[in-house]
Amino acid sequence: MNQPNEITMHLDHALSARGASIPPETSDPVFTLDNVSVYYSDYEAIRNVTLPIGRNEITAFIGPSGCGKSTLLRSFNRMNDLIPGAHLKGTVAYHGTDIYGPNVDPIEVRRKVGMVFQKPNVFPKSIYENVAYGPKVNGTKGNLDDLVEECLTRAALWNEVKDDLKKSAYALSGGQQQRLVIARCIAVKPEVILMDEPCASLDPLATAKIEDLMVELASEYTIIIVTHNMQQAARVSDRTAFFTAELDENEIRHGRLVEFGRTRELFSSPTDPRTEDYISGRFG
Amino acid sequence: MSHLQLTNQLAGKGTPLRDRIFMWLLFLSLAIGVFTLAVLLTYVTIKGWPRLDIRLFTNMPSVRDPENAGAQSAITGSIWVISFTALVALPTGVMAALYLEEFARPNSRSQRFIEVNIQNLAAVPSIVYGILGLAVFARALALGQSVITAALTLALLVLPVIIISTREALRAVPRNIRDGSLALGATEWQTAYRQTLPAAIPGIATGTILALSRAIGEAAPLLLLGAVSFITFNPDGVLSDYTTLPIQIFNWTKDSREEFQVLAAATIVVLLLILLAMNFVAIWIRNKTQKRW
Repeated sequence: MNQPNEITMHLDHALSARGASIPPETSDPVFTLDNVSVYYSDYEAIRNVTLPIGRNEITAFIGPSGCGKSTLLRSFNRMNDLIPGAHLKGTVAYHGTDIYGPNVDPIEVRRKVGMVFQKPNVFPKSIYENVAYGPKVNGTKGNLDDLVEECLTRAALWNEVKDDLKKSAYALSGGQQQRLVIARCIAVKPEVILMDEPCASLDPLATAKIEDLMVELASEYTIIIVTHNMQQAARVSDRTAFFTAELDENEIRHGRLVEFGRTRELFSSPTDPRTEDYISGRFG
Repeated sequence: MSHLQLTNQLAGKGTPLRDRIFMWLLFLSLAIGVFTLAVLLTYVTIKGWPRLDIRLFTNMPSVRDPENAGAQSAITGSIWVISFTALVALPTGVMAALYLEEFARPNSRSQRFIEVNIQNLAAVPSIVYGILGLAVFARALALGQSVITAALTLALLVLPVIIISTREALRAVPRNIRDGSLALGATEWQTAYRQTLPAAIPGIATGTILALSRAIGEAAPLLLLGAVSFITFNPDGVLSDYTTLPIQIFNWTKDSREEFQVLAAATIVVLLLILLAMNFVAIWIRNKTQKRW
């Protein structure tokens, strides 16, 4: 176990330069999870998560399949509400307000907390309409040309599509579609962007573009990303939360948060043996 | 290993007899359907050929002058009735399907009950709808023997089919399109109206046209509703008297004079051509707008 491990060494090289400037503790959290458990009917998908999400930081959720990290991600913008039987215990505080509180409208939450999905889910409309859709349903009237250009530029897509704005979004490649989804997301001017394995269906080149984009967007937005790719977590994130699936006393599987900390430290000197096993590729 | 040895090893016994017999059985079953249609089409076309001319469209039916009688009032009547059927059934059916698919709680007891009932309604014989139309629209609502009575009755007849095909079209729209819309802060109504429904329009159009092509060929319910009468004018409004193509065909085939038999055959060809055209449009829409999700 003390032998230098090829994979961890490789991850050391991947670690982002941003990591150095991150304070050890999250000082100004956008979200604070306190003892959050998410259920699908009776089944507890993830148990007792307590976690802060720092402003303008990239937080990565990693862990094996079935550990509940996507479920947890979807509780930040109340997307789990749409699944019949899904409910949550604990508090998900957004700037101190529990977003599951009685007077909170999930639609308002989703305007502040945008989401990018695993498979690029562009709408069957033109590129322009894809970006303009969010502002339109949120009641923005008038000419949206400037906003569309601004969002596409920020998503590093404008130069590739500026002459084809009226073309169907389906004509774009997978990587372009995913950047379009990001442009569509920031058009609503959210504060937080959730990304659920945004590069899972992309080739390495398209992945690299999305990763660069994430780092750039982090100056303005708070990003939470779920990823199966540990190198990706190491490359882009400031903090990492490692989850795993465990059997409880009743032999029922549920997700747990094992370790949370600065990415740099979590990958180079994990405190929990399960984290070490996972990032060194011994399981998962 | 020589070339010949290898060839011998790869040689099989060919398709077993049992497989070939089964394939021929399948083909035979298909042939029965196609053959029947071909005979039917050939027969009516040959029989109706002498009268398949412009007079069929320009002249009114006549009892005394079968040589010059036409089916204009039946053609315009069918168009009036089917247009109003579509006008009533399409929005109602689409809205009902939208509610069931997007807003009603899935798998609840009441949802399942409604679902089974819609399936059953689609299988109710059309004559039963005729009785319903006669009691409710013609008598209770005092709409009498009018275009609107026929249209409302046929609308009820095709409604279940439109609801079922619309629901299928809505269900074919991937979940992640809805998620994408909702994640941008759209309401469920905005998502249904601006994303799911437009994406489902090709499927809805196809299903609706096929349902209407069933309605345009219906005679049974309209016979009950009093469309039998001999009509020599085109409808001039929704409360007007009317006749339709199937009714006209029915009336002529009852007459023993040969001229009317020929006339009926010619009118059947017209009705079949309308049906084929509607089905063609449905297929065309489906092929043209095939989505790759």
